[in-house]
Amino acid sequence: MKIWLVIVGVGLVSLFLRSSSLVLLRNRKLPESVTSSLGLVPAAVLSALVAPELLFHNGLFQPFGPRLVAGIVAGLVAWKTRNVFWTLVVGLGLLFVAQAIDWN
Amino acid sequence: MGRSLSPAFWRGFRDFAPLIPGVIPFSMVAGIAAVKVGFTPGQSIAFSLIGYAGSAQLVASQMFASHAPTLLIVLSTLIVNLRFAMYSASILPLFGGVSLARRWPLAYGLTDQSYAVTMGRPESETDPVSYYAGSSALMWLVWQSGTAIGALLGASIPASWPLDFAVPLSFVALLLPVLRTRPQLFVAAVSALVAILAHGLPFRLNLIVGAACGIVAGLLVQRQQEKKT
Repeated sequence: MKIWLVIVGVGLVSLFLRSSSLVLLRNRKLPESVTSSLGLVPAAVLSALVAPELLFHNGLFQPFGPRLVAGIVAGLVAWKTRNVFWTLVVGLGLLFVAQAIDWN
Repeated sequence: MGRSLSPAFWRGFRDFAPLIPGVIPFSMVAGIAAVKVGFTPGQSIAFSLIGYAGSAQLVASQMFASHAPTLLIVLSTLIVNLRFAMYSASILPLFGGVSLARRWPLAYGLTDQSYAVTMGRPESETDPVSYYAGSSALMWLVWQSGTAIGALLGASIPASWPLDFAVPLSFVALLLPVLRTRPQLFVAAVSALVAILAHGLPFRLNLIVGAACGIVAGLLVQRQQEKKT
């Protein structure tokens, strides 16, 4: 039941945001202050998602763990290639190797 | 539908093609992530069809795994997807004369990728709405196929593979291209720092707190810069 609530809730929220200007506001414009703050959202949200994942593992602070190293190298790949596929391959590959040599 | 499948539709469709290699792994990760936290493959596929929300699907799956209340999950995906409101406002000028009945499905198809392709369309494009519809249609097909494959494969992947790490890696791939200006870098740094310090909060609330602090800090810097110029 909860899964379906999440699915429908996320669906409604996403459609609401996508249709906000295109359908709901149509001829009215969003204020300049709103659009300029929306421009900062991707950088803010994505880094808040990524940073803790690189420094914590199973709830423990791990300042020099394999996830940080793999994440930084994958970040360099993403920056150079802008390619999701190679970013995933390099990052996951490094973590896989780290596990294989028991660096956790 | 006959009207939308104009030559401009196929031009948008074709111009989207180079983005496919980036979308496939991301969509597969989204399909797998939902299954790994307890969605059935069918629910994972339905999540992609109804939510069609990229990063937000990943965030929702992770929060679901940490037993966050439904309302908080939906609120977090609202924040992750706020950029759709920005795209919606930015793309609106192209849509003059398009009927409401057509605007709904076109709005549903709005994604980072189809927005980027449409904004980068050739200057000679005479029918940007059909062009947008074409690139959105291909994005939709690729995303839905990728999540379906991921959802169906998810159960058969060995638990010892550190595949959960594919989720932050997908975000890394999206984040790096965004960090082009100094304000964006500053926003990302503040947001990351706060999210790390607030890691102890329940239900991954550090995401909302971190992102909010980052955005506020960025707005303050923007205001400072405007004063100087």
